[in-house]
Amino acid sequence: MTRAATKARVERAIGIAAVALAVLAPFLFTAFWLDAILTQALIFGIAAASLIFLSAYGGMISLAQVALLGISGYMLGNMVTARVPGGETKGLTLGWDPTLAIVLAILITTVVGLVFGALASRSVGIYFLMLTLVYSVIANVFFGSVTQFGGFSPIAGVNSYTPGFVGDMVNDRQRLYYIALIVAALVYVLVRFVLRTPFGLVLQGVRDEPVRMASLGFNVPLHRMLAFGLGAFIASLAGILFVWWQGQIAPGDLGLPATIYLLVIAVIGGLTRVEGAWLGALAVLLIDNQVTNRIPSDGLPLIGGSFNTIIGAVFLVIVIVSPDGLLGIWERLWSVGRHDGGSDDEPERAQSQVIESQEGALGTS
Amino acid sequence: MPLSRLAPRLLVGAFVLFGILYVLVISTPSTGVGGNWRTTNFGSALDDPASFVRVLLDGITFAGLLFIVASGFSLIFGLMRVVNMAHGSFYLLAGYIAYEVQQEMSGQGYAIPGTDVNTWEWVLPMLVAAVLVALFGLVVQQALLSWNQGQDLRQALITIAVSVIVADQIIAHFPRHVFAGAARGGGNAVSLTWPGWTNRLVDLHVWGVQYSLARLCMLAIGVAVGVGLWLWLYRTRTGMVIRAGVDDRQMTTALGINIQRTFAIAFVVGSALAAVGAVVGGSQANISQGQDGQWLLNALVVVIIGGMGSLLGAAAGSLLYALVFSYSASYLPVVGDGCCTQYSVVSTFILLALVLAFRPQGLFGRAG
Repeated sequence: MTRAATKARVERAIGIAAVALAVLAPFLFTAFWLDAILTQALIFGIAAASLIFLSAYGGMISLAQVALLGISGYMLGNMVTARVPGGETKGLTLGWDPTLAIVLAILITTVVGLVFGALASRSVGIYFLMLTLVYSVIANVFFGSVTQFGGFSPIAGVNSYTPGFVGDMVNDRQRLYYIALIVAALVYVLVRFVLRTPFGLVLQGVRDEPVRMASLGFNVPLHRMLAFGLGAFIASLAGILFVWWQGQIAPGDLGLPATIYLLVIAVIGGLTRVEGAWLGALAVLLIDNQVTNRIPSDGLPLIGGSFNTIIGAVFLVIVIVSPDGLLGIWERLWSVGRHDGGSDDEPERAQSQVIESQEGALGTS
Repeated sequence: MPLSRLAPRLLVGAFVLFGILYVLVISTPSTGVGGNWRTTNFGSALDDPASFVRVLLDGITFAGLLFIVASGFSLIFGLMRVVNMAHGSFYLLAGYIAYEVQQEMSGQGYAIPGTDVNTWEWVLPMLVAAVLVALFGLVVQQALLSWNQGQDLRQALITIAVSVIVADQIIAHFPRHVFAGAARGGGNAVSLTWPGWTNRLVDLHVWGVQYSLARLCMLAIGVAVGVGLWLWLYRTRTGMVIRAGVDDRQMTTALGINIQRTFAIAFVVGSALAAVGAVVGGSQANISQGQDGQWLLNALVVVIIGGMGSLLGAAAGSLLYALVFSYSASYLPVVGDGCCTQYSVVSTFILLALVLAFRPQGLFGRAG
């Protein structure tokens, strides 16, 4: 048996074990762990999956995914919450039907994603990164300053308004966990499916050889734009789950620190494969949870600072040592001792090292 | 020209024309439908020319500050293809360092009256901040960026990591001079103080406009930085090497020039410019946590509009961005009792969209 086949078999076994563990998780972990770590990891994982989908298969590292998540959350919050007599609720407080609001929030976010994508479709590599960062900051400032949509303070109590088939998202957190798990699984299947469609194949061609694909007659900017729209769709799902999980949405949820947090998740998981999204989310949240409790109230010993200094340092080390994150280390373990580089391994080699392979990106723009 | 190419141009032209007409003629200070909003704080340029000139000056002087910060960012990118995502963090760090130095020198405590600061007490904090931040930039460049030349995304991620750490450390340690009894740190807002002699209004003899001398100084410093950079890049040997490096790095290296040394110099100068910008910006407004992201955005928008690595582009981008920002903040409809519109960030996005739709490489950027 070839090494690649063994690897595929091992990965499949790990995958099945992980899914089984995830399904049984409510019976294995405490309510706090389930809600604070696992549900959150699933939701951030979905958002990170949209980032990794764009980077691994479209060659575009987008920093706008948190902004899109936030737009979706804000749209939902503005549409479902109702004006409570006596109580002050921020935003438009339209009080629409929750099912309609969810559909509209997803639709609006996807359209915004397509517009963003159309503008960015002719930028590649580092330019794309900068432009999407600008999108993200603009979205943050927009929701922070426009009082009609909520302004500086959060829109609260969004998860009290859910459709009947979703159920009680305020108290039934186990139900929320399973919904997040199902959506995460669907997103994973969707990404894997799209990659096998003609669109997905062309997208990967555009990632590797934009000039050649263009001369073969493919519309390169159009494929980039559509991929960005799909990424926005996935991010909008994460946005809705996020609001249900947190109950409220505030400008800070789509700020620069949040943007970088998601990037850290994606990079630590690995920017080359979509599985890395949930791996990275789980790893970062575990570090976050374990470390934050242990930091003294007056800051870290010697240097001072909080959790962010640690996660920044971890991020720095990961980018320096293994730019492909934890999955990069996994891939490397399997290629240890290989000198001849058998042909069965070639496609994977071409896929790995997204960050390093961007070297020539400027020249091909 | 075919209609498909002409139509968007006409559309943009009409849009820009409407914007100009709106500011010049159409806008009125009257209350709009519903009574809860006004079109502007004051009338159109015809109604109220003094306000129009004041907003123009606000834009131009802000452009001076933008240029100082963005030219440093653009210099580093143009030469090394390094997008320094920590540029905003350098700005913030420099602002706090300068604040501490000024507090030490004037010894007044938290808030210094403008009259108590002489020119030296403003220039020395700037020099100290510039030197320290330039050294920090050099360390970052040598330790983290010099060995992975050419991997631009990896370098951007590394500088993002640096910015996360620096932002957190700033919150942990700055400001150190605080009100008696208050805790140190927290990244609270502090401001630097302009020298006392700038604290007055200048009569411009145009529609009776009186304008702040400090803001005019801001513009003067921006222009001085621009002229200095131009002389350096176009009249010295180092500048020649930098321009050669921007055009063709491999060829420059092949000629036996030590490009690594030039990279280090450019990074030092770029970081120092962030520091100069921080002192100017911190004197005009304030320094507080969160501004690192804001100034990174400002630098990004300026260079995306103007074109990467072009001095002229940075100047044009600063001016365009600052004017659009300034006019939209003053002339877009205002809701409620607020002084300013909430929608000026939308105009930033529209400006960006318009420029990118026609010139993805920016106004003065070279394709490819």
